[in-house]
Amino acid sequence: MEMKYNWDWSVLLCRLPEDDPTGTSETTFGGTTATAGGAAQTFDTGADCAQPYLDWIVSGLGWTVVVACCAWVITISLGSVIGVSRTVNQPMVRAIATTYVEIFRNIPLLVQMFIWFFVVPELLPEDAGRWVKRELPLPEYWTAIVCLGMYHASRTAEQVRAGIESIPLGQTHAGLATGLTRVQVYRYILLPVSYRIIIPPLTSDFMGIFKNSSVALTIGVMELTAQSRQIAEYTFNIFEAFTVATVLYMMVTLIVVTVMRVVEAKVRIPGTIAMGGG
Amino acid sequence: MFADFDFQVIVEAAPILWRGMLITLLLTAVAIVGGILFGTVLALMRLSRFMVLSVFSGRYVDAFRSTPLILVIFWFYFAVPYVVGRPIGDLYSVLIAFTLFEAAYYCEIIRAGIQSIRQPQVHAGLALGLSQWQTTRSIVLPQAFRNMVPVILTQAIVLFQDTSLVYVVGLKDFLTAADLVATRDNRVLELYLTAAVVYFVLCFISSMWVKRLRRQYAL
Amino acid sequence: MIEVENVSKWFGDFQVLDDCSTQVDKGQVVVVCGPSGSGKSTLVKCVNGLEPFQEGIITVNGVSVGAEDTNLPKLRSQIGMVFQNFELFPHMTVLENICLSQMKVLKREKDEAEERGMKLLDRVDLIDQAAKHPAHLSGGQAQRVAIARALAMDPIAMLFDEPTSALDPEMINEVLDVMVTLAQEGMTMMVITHEMGFAKQVADRVVFMDEGRIEDDAGKDEFFGEPRGGRARLFLSKILTH
Repeated sequence: MEMKYNWDWSVLLCRLPEDDPTGTSETTFGGTTATAGGAAQTFDTGADCAQPYLDWIVSGLGWTVVVACCAWVITISLGSVIGVSRTVNQPMVRAIATTYVEIFRNIPLLVQMFIWFFVVPELLPEDAGRWVKRELPLPEYWTAIVCLGMYHASRTAEQVRAGIESIPLGQTHAGLATGLTRVQVYRYILLPVSYRIIIPPLTSDFMGIFKNSSVALTIGVMELTAQSRQIAEYTFNIFEAFTVATVLYMMVTLIVVTVMRVVEAKVRIPGTIAMGGG
Repeated sequence: MFADFDFQVIVEAAPILWRGMLITLLLTAVAIVGGILFGTVLALMRLSRFMVLSVFSGRYVDAFRSTPLILVIFWFYFAVPYVVGRPIGDLYSVLIAFTLFEAAYYCEIIRAGIQSIRQPQVHAGLALGLSQWQTTRSIVLPQAFRNMVPVILTQAIVLFQDTSLVYVVGLKDFLTAADLVATRDNRVLELYLTAAVVYFVLCFISSMWVKRLRRQYAL
Repeated sequence: MIEVENVSKWFGDFQVLDDCSTQVDKGQVVVVCGPSGSGKSTLVKCVNGLEPFQEGIITVNGVSVGAEDTNLPKLRSQIGMVFQNFELFPHMTVLENICLSQMKVLKREKDEAEERGMKLLDRVDLIDQAAKHPAHLSGGQAQRVAIARALAMDPIAMLFDEPTSALDPEMINEVLDVMVTLAQEGMTMMVITHEMGFAKQVADRVVFMDEGRIEDDAGKDEFFGEPRGGRARLFLSKILTH
């Protein structure tokens, strides 16, 4: 299919004149070794160069990573607590954990994002609500982190539960039989074994958080996808803008998957294989 | 805040929400059918002996699975008109985006389903004198299908939730409709909570049904 | 040492134990046998409270197992248990397996626990396997480690739940030998096994269970000597010809 489109990577590499008084740019980016040279630093080349687009991308990537990592901390801690709760003997604890999982799993992330951002501050006690709305710096970022973390905790909880349930009952019995308490059995036997088993599904959960952090753009978080759309709208160089974002997402995915493979191999229990990733 | 919860707002918004729900359901249905069809093709390519097909399918799946759905939606919303040479409207661009995106996920499900059938089962079929194709048709595929169905349905529920992301290009699905009314009438609480409840009820019931199915057809 | 009085247990509507009574005196070895599903494994797990029971009383060393205020972890730490499938912890080395509860329950120092562990490994003839993971052991080796793990707690009694039935035939004896030595040293033992050779050699009494009931509970000589009635005889004739 023939298409009418003028590729122009230099748009992404331009600098504001104030930022780059020497008039040269040393930047090479993503394999396209383009010197931004004469193409870019002056306003008279048009709107193309009006903004530091490369900085936008870098900042967007930064926020994506920060939001995803902070949310992951919530996800892994809360998800572990809830996953463990679903395997204990007390029916009440199990019921609460199950309710959490069902609610957070069955409402779309975007709806949850809106509820956290627009509805929850209204429902808080007056003082807390005012603080969240008026004084909390960067409220959309905090909201996104909490929302993403709690949403994905429901999924991680299911992985943790599946990991624990995949361990034969005899292991629990063996632990209890030597006098360990239930808590100690979880601490020293069930959790160490199940975390190792569920590394692949936990990795894809993390990738899920990382990709879903893009949903935060709906409440104003300027992460990678938001920045690339903004560049697309400013410059009409949509292919360049979205290609950069896509390549960055793929690179981060590749890095995370590689790192997790190494981790998995390092902690693998001799003579066992891990549960398949989902 | 709950004291002035206004049910009347929801009743009045019902027709708009219903039209939104129809879009959501249309999107879900098309993406499921298109995703499974194209996903099957991709899975067969992936398992084929021809390197080119296998590698292409692998790259395709990796690319879509490592990209956020919102970015994919943007890609097709902004870029397809350039490729086609004319505007195609937000509905079509989103339908294409969802179908191609979901195909990557369905490909993996179908491939895993086929590969879950152990080699001795194939050997047993061949040993009984069945041909390769007969073995595939009467031994591998029926078992693979049973393994796949619950996962395919679970993915469909995820997909149903994901359709809400078309909000980012302003297509009037269920959530976007709720959002429009919410902003228009300044009734954020009522509309967002209604949307949450509706999604929850539909997804919860479906997932219960899938769970029952899984038990019924457990091998 | 172990008294079981009129114990009954149900899984839902299904009765797994029906009015079971028996006892194991200090220094005695009692072998429990019976067909699969007869409730023998459940009975033994009731003794250290791994399975709850609805009726009856079990006391170990004077402590009631089923009582609300019993400190079960403490009680269990005094009763060693060996399982059919070894149940070594896969993520720990052999020595770590033996040291875990010594440190966490008995609060022994690491050095002390390891010293005790190595001594026991020497005793079961596995001192060179201390740093290995369970997956790299043969079944017979794993079960001997499991016995060492139980002994490390200095138990006052030992429970064995079919310790040799998951083993390849050539490994059964290495485990039985350890158990025989233990019995001869005066350990109080309750052993579920179909190894009648073991029973004949060291058992004081043999208990035969069927369908949740204790059908026969007799001294070894009596049990093997005169012809037994009904199910016990049929069972014996089956496992002895194997």
